[in-house]
Amino acid sequence: MSRSAPCGCAVSARDVANRLSCSRRDFLRTTAGVTLGSALMGASPFLRGESARRKRKVIVITFGGGARDQETFAPEGQENIPHLLQELIPQSSFFTQVTNQGILGHYVATASLATGVYETLNNFSAVPPDHRTVFEYFRRDLGRPAHDAWVVAPSNGFNRIGESSWGQGWGATVVLPKRLLGVATSGKTTDYDHLLHDNYETPLYVPQLAGSEFELQQLETILQLSVDDFIQHARTLSSPDELSVYIAKRLMRLQAPSLLWITMHDIDIAHSGAYSLYIEGIRRTDRLCAELWAAVQSEPEYAGNTTLLILPDFGRDADEDAGGNGFQHHRTGDAASRTTWMMALGAGTRQGMVFDHPVQSIDLVPTLGAMLGFSPSQAQGKVIGELV
Amino acid sequence: MQPRNLEAEHFAGYPSEARKLAVANLAVLQQLPLGFLPGFLRELIDYDYKFPQERAAIEAELATLNALAPEQRAAWFAPFSNLSLSSRLERFDWINQPAQFLEQESAYLWTTGQQDAFRRAATQYNDRLRTTSSAAALPMRRLGIAIIGQGVTSWDGPLFRNLHMHGTWFKQIDPDKGFELLLAGVEARAQAHAVPYGHWYVDGGQAADHSPQLTCVSYGALEPVRSALLNYIQKQIQRPGMGPEELRSNLARLLPADLGVEQAGDPILDRFQLKLLTEGSGTQIFSTTFAQWTAREALRRAQTLTLLVRFAPRQRQRPMNELLSDVPGTTELDLPGSLIDADMGAYYHWMNQQRLSGSEESSFLVWFEGHNQALAIAPTLPRGVESASPMNLASLLSLAVG
Repeated sequence: MSRSAPCGCAVSARDVANRLSCSRRDFLRTTAGVTLGSALMGASPFLRGESARRKRKVIVITFGGGARDQETFAPEGQENIPHLLQELIPQSSFFTQVTNQGILGHYVATASLATGVYETLNNFSAVPPDHRTVFEYFRRDLGRPAHDAWVVAPSNGFNRIGESSWGQGWGATVVLPKRLLGVATSGKTTDYDHLLHDNYETPLYVPQLAGSEFELQQLETILQLSVDDFIQHARTLSSPDELSVYIAKRLMRLQAPSLLWITMHDIDIAHSGAYSLYIEGIRRTDRLCAELWAAVQSEPEYAGNTTLLILPDFGRDADEDAGGNGFQHHRTGDAASRTTWMMALGAGTRQGMVFDHPVQSIDLVPTLGAMLGFSPSQAQGKVIGELV
Repeated sequence: MQPRNLEAEHFAGYPSEARKLAVANLAVLQQLPLGFLPGFLRELIDYDYKFPQERAAIEAELATLNALAPEQRAAWFAPFSNLSLSSRLERFDWINQPAQFLEQESAYLWTTGQQDAFRRAATQYNDRLRTTSSAAALPMRRLGIAIIGQGVTSWDGPLFRNLHMHGTWFKQIDPDKGFELLLAGVEARAQAHAVPYGHWYVDGGQAADHSPQLTCVSYGALEPVRSALLNYIQKQIQRPGMGPEELRSNLARLLPADLGVEQAGDPILDRFQLKLLTEGSGTQIFSTTFAQWTAREALRRAQTLTLLVRFAPRQRQRPMNELLSDVPGTTELDLPGSLIDADMGAYYHWMNQQRLSGSEESSFLVWFEGHNQALAIAPTLPRGVESASPMNLASLLSLAVG
C-alpha cells in the first residue's frame, strides 16, 4: 500500500534545497553574469536619513501560483523567463534559497509573507491573518494615511489580507480587480462566472466577501476610471493578472502608495493539469514583472526611490516525488515545493549579486521593517542583512 | 476512539470482502497507531472494488504486519505514534470514513507543523515495506505507449525534451496506419498473456474499436458522466454554507450509479472511472489532463503490463477578453497546447511506469501521431541518440520490446 508521502527519497530535503540553490547560482553566474555575494560586504547603498525614508517606495510582487526551477531557472526553463533573466536579474540582488516552512496554500502562504509568521488559517476561507500585517506596522508606526498602503490581489479569498484580526484600522486597502470587474459587469455578460472562480485549487468555490474591500464607486473617485472604461479596457486583456497589473499601474499614477503589494496568480492554472497553460502563465508573469518595473521607471513618484521585491509564495511538487503529480500541485511538502528564490532591485539594493545562504519567506516583513523604519513586533523572521 | 478499542462489529458497514479481511486481522489492526491506521483503512474499505494487484498488496501488507515481532512493530510505527493528533480527530468516525479523516488529519498536520514528520514517517514505512516484499516475476516486460499530438500538422517546438536522454529518437518513422499498428501490438500482448486488468487502452477522445481483452477508458465515453458531475457540483456549491472541504467529502461519497457510470457490470472499473473524475483535478475539463491522470492511476493501482494512451486535443482555454464578450463560447480546440500537455504527459507516463517492479526491463514508446518522429526507451536501445533508420511503428514496437 502506498501512503500519501513519496517513496524512494535518496537525499534529504536539505540536500535538495541546496542543490536547487546551487543550480540557480551557477546558472545565474554563467548566464546573467552576476557575482556571488557574501554577508561580509560593505555597507548598504541605502540612504538612511529620515527624509529619504519618507520618499521611499516598496513594491512586493508575489510571482504567484508557484513555479518550479525546471520551468524557470534551470537551463531548459530559461526560455520562459526572458524578462527576469535579461532585464531584471542583472539589476538585482538575487537570493537563491528562500524556503517556506509553512502551509503550502496560496492565501495562507501569502498571508505568512505579509505577517512574517507562518499563519495557520484556513486557506479557503475569507478570514484575516492572525498576526499583524506589514501594512499595519507600516501605517501605524510611521503614521501613514490609508492611501499609502495597497494590496492588489487575485482572488476573493485574499480580500482579508490587508489587515489582521487585531484590527484597529491600520491595514491596507485591498483591490480585487476581478471581483471589481464582476460587480461592474453584473448582468452584462453571460459567461462571467469563470472569472470569479479564480482559485485554481478549488475552482468552484467562492468564499463570501466581508471586510474593507475596494468599493466599485471608488473606481471613479480613486482610480479616475469610469465603469465603462474599466470594462472596455478589461476586454483588451487576456488574463486576470494583466488586469491586476493594470490596476496597480493606475494606483501608482494616481495614488502613489509607498507600500504596494501585488499578488499574481495566473500560474496556478497548473492545477488544471494542462502543462502548456502553466507555461503560458509563467511567461505572462515574467512579462508583467518587467512591465511593472518599467512603470516604476516612468513614474516620477517612483523612479529612483523604489525597491521592487519579487518572490514566489512557494514552488510546486517535483516530478520525482511519487506522492504528487509533478507540476500540477503543491501538496507533498517536498523540497521543490518549499524552496524558491527572491530578487530585490532598485533603491538600496546591490546590482548583479547572488546570495546563496538560506533565508525564509517570513524574513520578508522584518527586512521591510528595517528598510522602511517600522518595528514588526509579532514577526518571527529575521532581517536579511544584505538588503538593509 | 483509539485503534486498540477496535472490535469486529465496528466493520459492519464495510463491503463483505473488506469486512472479512478486517475481522480476520483485527488483532494486528488494534496494534497500529491512529496516525497510521486510517490511511490503511482507506485502502481496505474499498478492497471489494480494488484491482487484483491492489488486493494482493493489501494482503501482503497485512501478512507483513502480522509477522512483525512486537519490538519491530514498535520501531516501525514509533514515528506515527509520535504524531500529536487532536481529540476532535480521535472522536471522528475514522473507521467508516477514513478518507474524510485523512483530509482532516492532513489539514491538522499542516496547521500544527507536523506534515514533514508525517511525510518522513510514511516514506520510512514504505521503504521498510518494500524491503520485506519480493515482487513476483512478471509474465512479460512492461510496455508503455503514448501517442501525442493528434491533429497537429506542423510543429517546430521542442519535442520529447524530458525523455530524449533516456532513449533513442527515431526520425524516419512511417506514420501510415501507425495507431492501428500500435493497437494491434497491444492486443497481441493481451492475447499472449491474458491478465485481468493487465492490458489497457486509454483514449483522450473516442475510443477506437479494440479487443475485449483490453481494459478501455475514454474521455468521450464518459461525457455524460462528466456533465452529470458538473451539474452535481453546481447544485452543491449553491447550498448555504458549502465549503471546499465539504464538497470534497460529498464527492468522495458518490457512487457510480449516482452519476450513471455503468460499464457492463464491472464494478471495479466503474469505481475507477468515478474516482478519475471525482478525485482528479482538471480531469472533468481537459481531455489531456484526463488521459495523463488515467495513465497515472492505472499504473499506480492496476500496475498495468501494457498501457497505450492516445492523447486527443483538449478544448482551448478561453482568455478573459473572450469571456467578457457577449459572443457565446465555442468548443474550439487547442492543438499546439494539447501537444505540449501530452508531451509532458508522456514523460509522466514513463516516470510512473518506472516506479513499478521490473523497471529495468520495461519499454516505452512515444509517437507524434501522423508524423515520422517517435522515441523508444528500452534496455537494448541506446540513450540520448538519434536514429535515421526508416521503419514503421510495428517494427519500432518490436525493436522496443525486444
